[in-house]
Amino acid sequence: MTDRVINWYKYASPQTFYPLAGKLIPWFWALAALFGIAGLTIGFLIAPTDAQQGEGYRIIFLHVPASWLSMFIYLVMAFWAGIGLAFNIRLSGMMASALAPTGALFAFLSLWTGALWGKPMWGTWWVWDARLTSELILLFLYIGFIALQAAIDDPRRADKAGAILALVGVVNIPIIYFSVKWWNTLHQGASVSLTKAPSMAAMMLWGMLLCALACWMYSIAIALMRVRTIMLERERHTDWVRALLSGNGHDTSRHP
Amino acid sequence: MLRAVIGRDLRLAMRRQADIVAAMFFFIIVVSLFPLGVGPEPDQLRRMAPGVLWVAALLATMLSLPRLFADDHRDGTLEQLTLAPQPLGVIVLGKVIAHWLVAGLPLVVLAPVLGIQFDLSSDALLVLTVSLLIGTPALSGIGAIGAALTLGVRGGGVLLSLLVLPLYIPVLIFGAGAVDATLSGLGPQAHLSLLGALALGGVFFAPWPTAAALRVALE
Repeated sequence: MTDRVINWYKYASPQTFYPLAGKLIPWFWALAALFGIAGLTIGFLIAPTDAQQGEGYRIIFLHVPASWLSMFIYLVMAFWAGIGLAFNIRLSGMMASALAPTGALFAFLSLWTGALWGKPMWGTWWVWDARLTSELILLFLYIGFIALQAAIDDPRRADKAGAILALVGVVNIPIIYFSVKWWNTLHQGASVSLTKAPSMAAMMLWGMLLCALACWMYSIAIALMRVRTIMLERERHTDWVRALLSGNGHDTSRHP
Repeated sequence: MLRAVIGRDLRLAMRRQADIVAAMFFFIIVVSLFPLGVGPEPDQLRRMAPGVLWVAALLATMLSLPRLFADDHRDGTLEQLTLAPQPLGVIVLGKVIAHWLVAGLPLVVLAPVLGIQFDLSSDALLVLTVSLLIGTPALSGIGAIGAALTLGVRGGGVLLSLLVLPLYIPVLIFGAGAVDATLSGLGPQAHLSLLGALALGGVFFAPWPTAAALRVALE
Protein backbone atom coordinates (compact mmCIF):
# COMPACT_ATOMS: atom_id res chain seq x y z
CA MET A 1 0.00 0.00 0.00
CA THR A 2 2.67 2.47 0.98
CA ASP A 3 4.67 1.53 -2.11
CA ARG A 4 1.75 2.56 -4.23
CA VAL A 5 1.44 5.93 -2.59
CA ILE A 6 5.12 6.58 -3.08
CA ASN A 7 4.79 5.61 -6.72
CA TRP A 8 2.02 8.09 -7.25
CA TYR A 9 4.06 10.89 -5.83
CA LYS A 10 7.03 9.80 -7.83
CA TYR A 11 5.16 10.26 -11.08
CA ALA A 12 3.74 13.61 -10.05
CA SER A 13 7.03 15.18 -11.02
CA PRO A 14 7.46 16.12 -14.67
CA GLN A 15 10.93 14.63 -14.76
CA THR A 16 9.69 11.13 -13.97
CA PHE A 17 6.38 11.47 -15.75
CA TYR A 18 7.96 12.48 -19.05
CA PRO A 19 9.52 9.08 -19.83
CA LEU A 20 6.50 7.24 -18.39
CA ALA A 21 4.18 9.16 -20.71
CA GLY A 22 6.52 8.42 -23.58
CA LYS A 23 6.24 4.71 -22.86
CA LEU A 24 2.46 4.81 -22.46
CA ILE A 25 1.65 6.79 -25.61
CA PRO A 26 2.22 3.98 -28.16
CA TRP A 27 0.01 1.67 -26.12
CA PHE A 28 -2.85 4.13 -26.09
CA TRP A 29 -2.46 4.76 -29.80
CA ALA A 30 -2.55 0.98 -30.39
CA LEU A 31 -5.67 0.63 -28.24
CA ALA A 32 -7.29 3.56 -30.04
CA ALA A 33 -6.56 1.96 -33.42
CA LEU A 34 -7.77 -1.42 -32.26
CA PHE A 35 -11.04 -0.13 -30.78
CA GLY A 36 -11.48 2.19 -33.73
CA ILE A 37 -11.13 -0.58 -36.32
CA ALA A 38 -13.42 -2.88 -34.36
CA GLY A 39 -16.00 -0.16 -33.76
CA LEU A 40 -16.04 1.07 -37.34
CA THR A 41 -16.19 -2.48 -38.69
CA ILE A 42 -19.22 -3.19 -36.57
CA GLY A 43 -20.66 0.22 -37.31
CA PHE A 44 -20.34 0.14 -41.08
CA LEU A 45 -20.37 -3.52 -42.00
CA ILE A 46 -22.24 -5.47 -39.33
CA ALA A 47 -24.76 -3.16 -37.66
CA PRO A 48 -28.15 -3.35 -39.38
CA THR A 49 -29.66 -0.48 -41.33
CA ASP A 50 -31.96 1.60 -39.18
CA ALA A 51 -35.64 1.13 -39.86
CA GLN A 52 -36.46 4.85 -39.84
CA GLN A 53 -33.23 6.61 -40.69
CA GLY A 54 -31.71 4.27 -43.26
CA GLU A 55 -27.92 4.39 -43.60
CA GLY A 56 -27.68 7.99 -42.48
CA TYR A 57 -27.81 7.08 -38.83
CA ARG A 58 -24.29 5.63 -39.03
CA ILE A 59 -22.80 9.00 -38.20
CA ILE A 60 -23.89 8.12 -34.65
CA PHE A 61 -20.66 6.15 -34.36
CA LEU A 62 -18.72 9.38 -34.33
CA HIS A 63 -21.37 11.76 -33.05
CA VAL A 64 -22.25 10.10 -29.76
CA PRO A 65 -18.66 9.28 -28.72
CA ALA A 66 -17.65 12.86 -29.50
CA SER A 67 -20.49 14.24 -27.37
CA TRP A 68 -19.72 11.92 -24.47
CA LEU A 69 -16.06 12.73 -24.53
CA SER A 70 -16.57 16.47 -24.82
CA MET A 71 -18.48 16.34 -21.53
CA PHE A 72 -16.25 13.75 -19.88
CA ILE A 73 -13.04 15.60 -20.75
CA TYR A 74 -14.36 18.78 -19.16
CA LEU A 75 -14.91 16.87 -15.92
CA VAL A 76 -11.45 15.30 -16.11
CA MET A 77 -9.94 18.69 -16.89
CA ALA A 78 -11.70 20.29 -13.94
CA PHE A 79 -10.60 17.37 -11.76
CA TRP A 80 -6.93 17.86 -12.65
CA ALA A 81 -7.28 21.60 -12.35
CA GLY A 82 -8.80 21.22 -8.88
CA ILE A 83 -6.08 18.81 -7.77
CA GLY A 84 -3.48 21.21 -9.08
CA LEU A 85 -5.04 24.12 -7.23
CA ALA A 86 -5.52 22.23 -3.97
CA PHE A 87 -2.17 20.46 -3.74
CA ASN A 88 -0.10 22.85 -5.82
CA ILE A 89 1.08 20.16 -8.23
CA ARG A 90 2.55 21.50 -11.44
CA LEU A 91 1.79 18.40 -13.45
CA SER A 92 -1.96 18.62 -12.76
CA GLY A 93 -2.15 22.09 -14.24
CA MET A 94 -0.24 20.91 -17.27
CA MET A 95 -2.66 17.98 -17.68
CA ALA A 96 -5.62 20.37 -17.56
CA SER A 97 -4.18 22.59 -20.27
CA ALA A 98 -3.24 19.54 -22.34
CA LEU A 99 -6.81 18.22 -22.19
CA ALA A 100 -8.60 21.45 -23.12
CA PRO A 101 -7.92 21.48 -26.89
CA THR A 102 -9.00 17.85 -27.23
CA GLY A 103 -12.21 18.58 -25.34
CA ALA A 104 -12.89 21.60 -27.54
CA LEU A 105 -12.21 19.48 -30.60
CA PHE A 106 -14.75 16.87 -29.50
CA ALA A 107 -17.35 19.52 -28.67
CA PHE A 108 -16.87 20.97 -32.14
CA LEU A 109 -17.00 17.53 -33.77
CA SER A 110 -20.15 16.74 -31.89
CA LEU A 111 -21.81 19.92 -33.16
CA TRP A 112 -20.55 19.40 -36.68
CA THR A 113 -21.57 15.76 -36.99
CA GLY A 114 -24.85 16.68 -35.35
CA ALA A 115 -25.45 19.26 -38.07
CA LEU A 116 -24.55 16.76 -40.76
CA TRP A 117 -26.91 14.27 -39.19
CA GLY A 118 -29.68 16.77 -38.66
CA LYS A 119 -29.83 17.96 -42.27
CA PRO A 120 -31.01 14.67 -43.84
CA MET A 121 -33.06 13.56 -40.81
CA TRP A 122 -34.85 16.74 -39.77
CA GLY A 123 -34.21 18.86 -42.84
CA THR A 124 -32.25 21.45 -40.89
CA TRP A 125 -28.63 21.97 -39.89
CA TRP A 126 -29.45 23.36 -36.52
CA VAL A 127 -32.33 23.43 -34.06
CA TRP A 128 -32.29 25.26 -30.76
CA ASP A 129 -32.71 22.03 -28.92
CA ALA A 130 -31.58 21.81 -25.31
CA ARG A 131 -28.79 19.34 -26.04
CA LEU A 132 -27.44 21.20 -29.03
CA THR A 133 -27.52 24.49 -27.19
CA SER A 134 -25.78 23.17 -24.11
CA GLU A 135 -23.13 21.49 -26.27
CA LEU A 136 -22.54 24.86 -27.93
CA ILE A 137 -22.19 26.52 -24.54
CA LEU A 138 -19.75 23.78 -23.49
CA LEU A 139 -17.67 24.68 -26.53
CA PHE A 140 -17.75 28.33 -25.38
CA LEU A 141 -16.53 27.27 -21.95
CA TYR A 142 -13.61 25.37 -23.50
CA ILE A 143 -12.75 28.35 -25.68
CA GLY A 144 -12.83 30.63 -22.63
CA PHE A 145 -10.50 28.30 -20.72
CA ILE A 146 -8.04 28.08 -23.60
CA ALA A 147 -8.16 31.83 -24.24
CA LEU A 148 -7.59 32.65 -20.58
CA GLN A 149 -4.57 30.37 -20.36
CA ALA A 150 -3.20 31.72 -23.62
CA ALA A 151 -3.49 35.31 -22.42
CA ILE A 152 -1.48 34.82 -19.23
CA ASP A 153 2.26 34.60 -19.73
CA ASP A 154 3.26 33.21 -16.36
CA PRO A 155 2.42 29.48 -16.54
CA ARG A 156 1.84 29.13 -12.79
CA ARG A 157 -0.70 31.93 -12.82
CA ALA A 158 -2.24 30.59 -16.03
CA ASP A 159 -2.69 27.20 -14.36
CA LYS A 160 -4.31 28.62 -11.27
CA ALA A 161 -6.57 31.08 -13.09
CA GLY A 162 -7.59 28.33 -15.50
CA ALA A 163 -8.28 26.00 -12.57
CA ILE A 164 -10.61 28.50 -10.92
CA LEU A 165 -12.41 29.02 -14.22
CA ALA A 166 -12.73 25.28 -14.84
CA LEU A 167 -14.15 24.71 -11.36
CA VAL A 168 -16.61 27.58 -11.72
CA GLY A 169 -17.56 26.10 -15.08
CA VAL A 170 -18.17 22.66 -13.60
CA VAL A 171 -20.48 24.12 -10.97
CA ASN A 172 -22.30 26.02 -13.68
CA ILE A 173 -22.69 23.22 -16.21
CA PRO A 174 -25.72 21.60 -14.53
CA ILE A 175 -27.31 25.03 -13.99
CA ILE A 176 -26.76 25.94 -17.63
CA TYR A 177 -28.00 22.54 -18.80
CA PHE A 178 -31.25 22.71 -16.85
CA SER A 179 -31.91 26.34 -17.69
CA VAL A 180 -31.46 25.60 -21.38
CA LYS A 181 -33.70 22.57 -21.06
CA TRP A 182 -36.50 24.54 -19.43
CA TRP A 183 -36.05 27.38 -21.86
CA ASN A 184 -36.36 24.88 -24.67
CA THR A 185 -39.52 23.20 -23.38
CA LEU A 186 -41.10 26.63 -22.96
CA HIS A 187 -40.21 27.67 -26.49
CA GLN A 188 -40.82 24.31 -28.11
CA GLY A 189 -42.47 25.19 -31.39
CA ALA A 190 -42.84 22.91 -34.39
CA SER A 191 -39.48 21.37 -33.69
CA VAL A 192 -38.19 17.86 -33.81
CA SER A 193 -37.81 15.53 -30.90
CA LEU A 194 -34.33 14.27 -30.27
CA THR A 195 -35.45 11.30 -28.23
CA LYS A 196 -34.30 8.25 -30.05
CA ALA A 197 -36.15 5.05 -30.55
CA PRO A 198 -36.14 3.31 -27.18
CA SER A 199 -34.70 0.05 -28.44
CA MET A 200 -31.38 0.08 -30.16
CA ALA A 201 -30.03 -2.94 -31.96
CA ALA A 202 -27.35 -4.61 -29.86
CA MET A 203 -24.82 -4.34 -32.66
CA MET A 204 -25.37 -0.59 -32.98
CA LEU A 205 -24.78 -0.22 -29.27
CA TRP A 206 -21.59 -2.28 -29.44
CA GLY A 207 -20.29 -0.29 -32.36
CA MET A 208 -20.99 2.94 -30.52
CA LEU A 209 -19.33 1.77 -27.30
CA LEU A 210 -16.24 0.57 -29.15
CA CYS A 211 -15.98 3.86 -31.02
CA ALA A 212 -16.35 5.71 -27.73
CA LEU A 213 -13.50 3.64 -26.28
CA ALA A 214 -11.41 4.43 -29.37
CA CYS A 215 -12.04 8.16 -28.93
CA TRP A 216 -11.24 7.85 -25.24
CA MET A 217 -7.92 6.12 -25.89
CA TYR A 218 -7.14 8.68 -28.59
CA SER A 219 -7.81 11.48 -26.10
CA ILE A 220 -5.45 9.96 -23.55
CA ALA A 221 -2.73 9.43 -26.14
CA ILE A 222 -2.99 12.93 -27.60
CA ALA A 223 -3.23 14.54 -24.15
CA LEU A 224 -0.10 12.71 -23.03
CA MET A 225 1.72 13.84 -26.16
CA ARG A 226 0.62 17.40 -25.55
CA VAL A 227 1.54 17.30 -21.88
CA ARG A 228 5.03 16.11 -22.85
CA THR A 229 5.43 19.13 -25.09
CA ILE A 230 4.15 21.44 -22.37
CA MET A 231 6.58 19.90 -19.88
CA LEU A 232 9.53 20.51 -22.19
CA GLU A 233 8.43 24.08 -22.80
CA ARG A 234 7.91 24.96 -19.15
CA GLU A 235 10.81 23.04 -17.70
CA ARG A 236 13.28 24.17 -20.31
CA HIS A 237 15.58 25.65 -17.65
CA THR A 238 15.89 22.42 -15.73
CA ASP A 239 18.80 20.06 -16.03
CA TRP A 240 16.79 17.09 -17.17
CA VAL A 241 15.28 18.91 -20.12
CA ARG A 242 18.68 20.30 -21.10
CA ALA A 243 20.16 16.83 -20.88
CA LEU A 244 17.29 15.51 -22.95
CA LEU A 245 17.58 18.17 -25.59
CA SER A 246 21.35 18.46 -25.71
CA GLY A 247 21.38 15.59 -28.19
CA ASN A 248 19.32 17.72 -30.55
CA GLY A 249 21.67 20.67 -30.22
CA HIS A 250 19.01 23.04 -28.88
CA ASP A 251 20.27 25.99 -26.91
CA THR A 252 17.58 26.96 -24.44
CA SER A 253 19.80 28.89 -22.07
CA ARG A 254 19.24 32.25 -23.72
CA HIS A 255 15.53 32.33 -23.05
CA PRO A 256 14.47 34.44 -20.06
CA MET B 1 -16.16 46.73 6.82
CA LEU B 2 -18.75 45.81 4.20
CA ARG B 3 -20.34 49.23 4.47
CA ALA B 4 -16.96 50.94 4.33
CA VAL B 5 -16.03 49.18 1.09
CA ILE B 6 -19.41 49.94 -0.48
CA GLY B 7 -19.22 53.58 0.62
CA ARG B 8 -15.72 53.98 -0.70
CA ASP B 9 -16.51 52.43 -4.08
CA LEU B 10 -19.63 54.52 -4.43
CA ARG B 11 -17.74 57.70 -3.61
CA LEU B 12 -15.11 56.85 -6.21
CA ALA B 13 -17.80 56.09 -8.79
CA MET B 14 -19.56 59.39 -8.04
CA ARG B 15 -16.36 61.24 -8.84
CA ARG B 16 -16.41 59.72 -12.30
CA GLN B 17 -20.06 60.01 -13.17
CA ALA B 18 -19.33 60.12 -16.89
CA ASP B 19 -18.52 56.41 -16.78
CA ILE B 20 -21.89 55.55 -15.29
CA VAL B 21 -23.73 57.73 -17.77
CA ALA B 22 -21.78 56.23 -20.67
CA ALA B 23 -22.78 52.70 -19.66
CA MET B 24 -26.40 53.80 -19.37
CA PHE B 25 -26.35 55.34 -22.83
CA PHE B 26 -24.71 52.23 -24.19
CA PHE B 27 -27.71 50.31 -22.87
CA ILE B 28 -30.13 52.78 -24.45
CA ILE B 29 -28.35 52.78 -27.81
CA VAL B 30 -28.09 48.99 -28.07
CA VAL B 31 -31.78 48.62 -27.28
CA SER B 32 -32.73 51.35 -29.78
CA LEU B 33 -30.71 49.71 -32.55
CA PHE B 34 -32.94 46.64 -32.64
CA PRO B 35 -36.11 48.30 -33.97
CA LEU B 36 -33.93 49.96 -36.62
CA GLY B 37 -32.52 46.58 -37.52
CA VAL B 38 -35.65 44.46 -37.64
CA GLY B 39 -38.36 46.98 -38.49
CA PRO B 40 -41.00 48.84 -36.50
CA GLU B 41 -43.89 46.31 -36.44
CA PRO B 42 -45.26 46.53 -32.88
CA ASP B 43 -46.16 42.82 -32.70
CA GLN B 44 -42.69 41.71 -33.57
CA LEU B 45 -41.09 44.27 -31.25
CA ARG B 46 -43.29 43.20 -28.37
CA ARG B 47 -42.17 39.60 -28.81
CA MET B 48 -38.52 40.58 -29.01
CA ALA B 49 -38.52 43.11 -26.20
CA PRO B 50 -37.65 40.85 -23.22
CA GLY B 51 -34.72 39.24 -25.00
CA VAL B 52 -33.40 42.48 -26.44
CA LEU B 53 -33.57 44.35 -23.14
CA TRP B 54 -31.96 41.50 -21.26
CA VAL B 55 -29.15 40.98 -23.74
CA ALA B 56 -28.46 44.71 -23.72
CA ALA B 57 -28.40 44.60 -19.91
CA LEU B 58 -25.82 41.78 -19.98
CA LEU B 59 -23.62 43.76 -22.35
CA ALA B 60 -23.97 47.01 -20.40
CA THR B 61 -23.09 45.29 -17.12
CA MET B 62 -20.06 43.73 -18.74
CA LEU B 63 -18.88 47.09 -20.01
CA SER B 64 -18.13 48.30 -16.51
CA LEU B 65 -16.70 45.03 -15.16
CA PRO B 66 -13.03 45.54 -16.12
CA ARG B 67 -12.93 48.60 -13.85
CA LEU B 68 -14.20 46.61 -10.86
CA PHE B 69 -10.68 45.75 -9.69
CA ALA B 70 -8.40 47.42 -12.24
CA ASP B 71 -8.15 50.85 -10.60
CA ASP B 72 -7.52 49.39 -7.16
CA HIS B 73 -4.97 47.04 -8.66
CA ARG B 74 -3.10 49.86 -10.37
CA ASP B 75 -2.64 52.04 -7.30
CA GLY B 76 -1.94 49.15 -4.96
CA THR B 77 -5.13 49.45 -2.91
CA LEU B 78 -6.07 45.91 -3.77
CA GLU B 79 -2.94 44.51 -2.16
CA GLN B 80 -3.67 46.49 0.99
CA LEU B 81 -7.22 45.15 0.99
CA THR B 82 -5.96 41.55 0.85
CA LEU B 83 -3.96 42.27 3.98
CA ALA B 84 -7.05 43.36 5.89
CA PRO B 85 -8.07 41.11 8.79
CA GLN B 86 -11.50 40.56 7.22
CA PRO B 87 -11.85 37.73 4.71
CA LEU B 88 -11.17 38.90 1.18
CA GLY B 89 -14.50 37.42 0.12
CA VAL B 90 -16.38 39.92 2.28
CA ILE B 91 -14.47 42.81 0.73
CA VAL B 92 -15.25 41.44 -2.72
CA LEU B 93 -18.91 41.17 -1.71
CA GLY B 94 -18.83 44.88 -0.85
CA LYS B 95 -17.34 45.71 -4.22
CA VAL B 96 -19.94 43.54 -5.97
CA ILE B 97 -22.77 45.35 -4.18
CA ALA B 98 -21.25 48.72 -5.06
CA HIS B 99 -20.86 47.63 -8.68
CA TRP B 100 -24.51 46.64 -8.79
CA LEU B 101 -25.62 49.97 -7.32
CA VAL B 102 -23.59 51.80 -9.94
CA ALA B 103 -24.03 49.59 -13.00
CA GLY B 104 -27.09 47.42 -12.38
CA LEU B 105 -29.57 49.68 -10.64
CA PRO B 106 -29.57 52.37 -13.38
CA LEU B 107 -30.51 49.69 -15.91
CA VAL B 108 -33.44 48.65 -13.74
CA VAL B 109 -34.63 52.25 -13.67
CA LEU B 110 -34.18 52.75 -17.41
CA ALA B 111 -35.69 49.44 -18.54
CA PRO B 112 -39.39 50.36 -18.18
CA VAL B 113 -38.88 53.51 -20.23
CA LEU B 114 -37.22 51.53 -22.97
CA GLY B 115 -39.89 48.85 -22.67
CA ILE B 116 -42.50 51.44 -23.63
CA GLN B 117 -40.63 51.89 -26.92
CA PHE B 118 -41.33 48.23 -27.55
CA ASP B 119 -45.01 48.61 -26.80
CA LEU B 120 -44.94 46.35 -23.73
CA SER B 121 -48.06 46.18 -21.57
CA SER B 122 -47.89 47.55 -18.04
CA ASP B 123 -47.88 44.02 -16.59
CA ALA B 124 -44.94 43.06 -18.74
CA LEU B 125 -43.14 46.30 -17.86
CA LEU B 126 -43.55 45.56 -14.19
CA VAL B 127 -42.23 42.02 -14.56
CA LEU B 128 -39.37 43.25 -16.71
CA THR B 129 -38.34 45.72 -14.04
CA VAL B 130 -38.67 43.16 -11.25
CA SER B 131 -36.73 40.55 -13.22
CA LEU B 132 -33.90 43.02 -13.84
CA LEU B 133 -33.99 44.05 -10.19
CA ILE B 134 -33.58 40.43 -9.11
CA GLY B 135 -31.27 39.34 -11.91
CA THR B 136 -28.69 42.12 -12.23
CA PRO B 137 -27.05 41.39 -8.84
CA ALA B 138 -26.26 37.91 -10.19
CA LEU B 139 -24.60 39.54 -13.20
CA SER B 140 -22.39 41.66 -10.94
CA GLY B 141 -21.49 38.63 -8.82
CA ILE B 142 -20.64 36.26 -11.66
CA GLY B 143 -18.92 39.04 -13.54
CA ALA B 144 -16.62 39.68 -10.59
CA ILE B 145 -15.10 36.21 -11.09
CA GLY B 146 -14.27 37.07 -14.68
CA ALA B 147 -12.96 40.51 -13.73
CA ALA B 148 -10.63 38.98 -11.14
CA LEU B 149 -9.40 36.26 -13.50
CA THR B 150 -8.56 38.75 -16.26
CA LEU B 151 -7.03 41.32 -13.92
CA GLY B 152 -3.87 42.70 -15.51
CA VAL B 153 -4.07 40.23 -18.39
CA ARG B 154 -3.45 41.49 -21.89
CA GLY B 155 -6.60 41.74 -23.99
CA GLY B 156 -8.55 41.62 -20.75
CA GLY B 157 -11.76 43.22 -22.01
CA VAL B 158 -12.45 40.80 -24.85
CA LEU B 159 -11.31 37.87 -22.76
CA LEU B 160 -13.66 38.92 -19.98
CA SER B 161 -16.66 38.73 -22.30
CA LEU B 162 -15.52 35.32 -23.51
CA LEU B 163 -15.37 34.01 -19.95
CA VAL B 164 -18.41 35.69 -18.47
CA LEU B 165 -21.07 35.62 -21.19
CA PRO B 166 -21.51 31.81 -21.24
CA LEU B 167 -21.95 31.90 -17.46
CA TYR B 168 -24.61 34.62 -17.85
CA ILE B 169 -26.84 32.39 -19.97
CA PRO B 170 -29.03 31.02 -17.14
CA VAL B 171 -29.71 34.55 -15.88
CA LEU B 172 -30.64 35.64 -19.39
CA ILE B 173 -32.95 32.66 -19.88
CA PHE B 174 -34.87 33.12 -16.65
CA GLY B 175 -34.88 36.91 -16.81
CA ALA B 176 -36.23 37.13 -20.35
CA GLY B 177 -38.33 34.03 -19.69
CA ALA B 178 -40.18 35.75 -16.85
CA VAL B 179 -41.32 38.53 -19.17
CA ASP B 180 -42.12 36.06 -21.93
CA ALA B 181 -44.21 34.03 -19.54
CA THR B 182 -46.15 37.15 -18.58
CA LEU B 183 -46.75 38.00 -22.22
CA SER B 184 -48.05 34.52 -22.93
CA GLY B 185 -50.21 34.53 -19.80
CA LEU B 186 -48.37 31.84 -17.86
CA GLY B 187 -47.33 34.02 -14.95
CA PRO B 188 -43.74 34.87 -14.08
CA GLN B 189 -43.50 33.38 -10.56
CA ALA B 190 -41.49 30.27 -11.47
CA HIS B 191 -38.94 32.20 -13.49
CA LEU B 192 -38.60 34.93 -10.89
CA SER B 193 -38.03 32.37 -8.14
CA LEU B 194 -35.27 30.68 -10.14
CA LEU B 195 -33.81 34.08 -10.94
CA GLY B 196 -33.81 34.87 -7.23
CA ALA B 197 -31.99 31.61 -6.54
CA LEU B 198 -29.38 32.48 -9.16
CA ALA B 199 -28.97 35.96 -7.71
CA LEU B 200 -28.48 34.64 -4.18
CA GLY B 201 -26.00 32.07 -5.48
CA GLY B 202 -24.23 34.62 -7.64
CA VAL B 203 -23.91 37.28 -4.97
CA PHE B 204 -22.99 35.11 -2.01
CA PHE B 205 -20.92 32.32 -3.59
CA ALA B 206 -19.16 34.17 -6.38
CA PRO B 207 -17.07 36.38 -4.02
CA TRP B 208 -15.10 33.33 -2.86
CA PRO B 209 -13.78 32.16 -6.25
CA THR B 210 -13.28 35.86 -7.00
CA ALA B 211 -11.14 36.21 -3.89
CA ALA B 212 -9.13 33.14 -4.90
CA ALA B 213 -8.65 34.57 -8.39
CA LEU B 214 -7.53 37.92 -6.94
CA ARG B 215 -4.92 36.19 -4.81
CA VAL B 216 -3.66 34.39 -7.90
CA ALA B 217 -3.51 37.68 -9.79
CA LEU B 218 -1.60 39.41 -7.01
CA GLU B 219 1.01 36.70 -6.50
